[in-house]
Amino acid sequence: MFLKEYITDVVTGVISLLKGMRKTGYYFTHPKEIITEQYPDNRATLLMSDRFKGEVVMPHDANNEHTCTGCTACELACPNGTIKVVTKFETSPEGKKKKAIDALVYRLELCTMCNLCIVACPSDAIKMAPNFEHSVFDRTKLTKVLNQPGSKIRKGIE
Amino acid sequence: MFSLEGITTNVQDWLLMKFNPTMALAIECVIVILLSISLFALLGLVLVLMERKVAAHIQIRLGPNRVGPGGMFQTVADTLKLIMKEGLVPDKADKFLFNLAPFVVMMVGMLLLAPIAFAKNFQIWDISIGVLYISSVSSLSVIGILMAGWASNNKYSLIGAMRSGAQIVSYELSAGFAVLTIVVLTGSLQISEIVNAQQNGWWIFKGHIPAVIAFVLYIIAVTAETNRAPFDLAEAESELTAGFHTEYSGMRFALFFLAEYINIFIVCAIGATLFFGGWMPLHIGNWEAFNHLMDYIPSSVWFMGKTFFLIFLIMWFRWTFPRLRVDQLLNLEWKYLLPISLFNLLLVAVIAILGWHF
Repeated sequence: MFLKEYITDVVTGVISLLKGMRKTGYYFTHPKEIITEQYPDNRATLLMSDRFKGEVVMPHDANNEHTCTGCTACELACPNGTIKVVTKFETSPEGKKKKAIDALVYRLELCTMCNLCIVACPSDAIKMAPNFEHSVFDRTKLTKVLNQPGSKIRKGIE
Repeated sequence: MFSLEGITTNVQDWLLMKFNPTMALAIECVIVILLSISLFALLGLVLVLMERKVAAHIQIRLGPNRVGPGGMFQTVADTLKLIMKEGLVPDKADKFLFNLAPFVVMMVGMLLLAPIAFAKNFQIWDISIGVLYISSVSSLSVIGILMAGWASNNKYSLIGAMRSGAQIVSYELSAGFAVLTIVVLTGSLQISEIVNAQQNGWWIFKGHIPAVIAFVLYIIAVTAETNRAPFDLAEAESELTAGFHTEYSGMRFALFFLAEYINIFIVCAIGATLFFGGWMPLHIGNWEAFNHLMDYIPSSVWFMGKTFFLIFLIMWFRWTFPRLRVDQLLNLEWKYLLPISLFNLLLVAVIAILGWHF
């Protein structure tokens, strides 16, 4: 009885090991099934997932308008001081003073892509972009102003 | 036809013509030393690249493909980097043993090179107790590993070295028994005679099922002896941070790394010699035409082909099986491999006495 168990142990062990080797052997003999991205070579055709968080950007529409009200919710939400909102007061034609952003300064070198600023934004003015090639030779290039020059807030966003 | 035997006889004739016999012998020794060192360096480069490529393809990747065509010079670049690195010795390490250990490990590899027959009549030292010599010298490498682990003054290194000691001491047994089965079939310990006995067929075919079992046991045991996955608990990157060579850097680390691959080559060369006929071409019984055709392939090509096939097999193991625990490792040896190999040896003895093998 003991001997029978022992032999079945050995045989099943060997069979399961051979199964594993068959699987890896199949992969070895089928080099067409490579699953890794050949990154620098396939830059033209590289598809990034929509959920990939590479950097914070502020989308502008065709009239160079954004939806940022300068509420500083993103600045408050940021855990390591990546975002700095510089506000100014604009006078509308009716003579009313209105708060607007002068610059939304984003320091990429401090950002951990935690997504908290995007969640905090009440008007969906900023979002995460799937760019990841951020290497630069000069560190000051990592400090970016997200609103484009001459841009203004879209009408109807409070 | 290309043959290494011709080259060696020509060199010897030329040396004997120019110098007196003692001088010629001394020059031959120097040539052999230079050849074996360059073989080591070359093997290190080739095997590391092969390992990385095999691993990559098994894991559905491409592997190194940037340096040179198809990544061919990746290992050369790695070696240059290692040579230029600082060889650090920890403050409280035992300096003498720490520096000695990598050389002990390398030296064992060099000693093991002596009785291996690389081609027909191409052997450094055809010693009459070749197999015994191999099994006794190969067990010395554990001394180097223990030395490295102890001298590093690091708990991970020490644990790794102790594990390695337990492992090599136990797996030496089943490797020895697997080698003995072939010795029983051949009736000789001499490597050249073992190869010649496989003139009409390799032992793995002639020795029926016991030879196959012995081969499987041998390949398992030597995988354990060379500290490779699934038996790499002496190194175990994930738990011991490389085990006995945690504290080594630069060229000393490179020597350990090289020694691992040299040991793989040597055990595979011995496996090929014992079970697959060494440099002997594939001969099938009395098929004269087929045998003659096979003879046209140089014997060195046969030897290297078989050895690299076995090396591939061991690499295949490494990238397929998960690592064993220490208790599982010792269970496998003492409860499974050792009883099976003892029984197998008995079976082979019966076959050899009754003359059932071809």
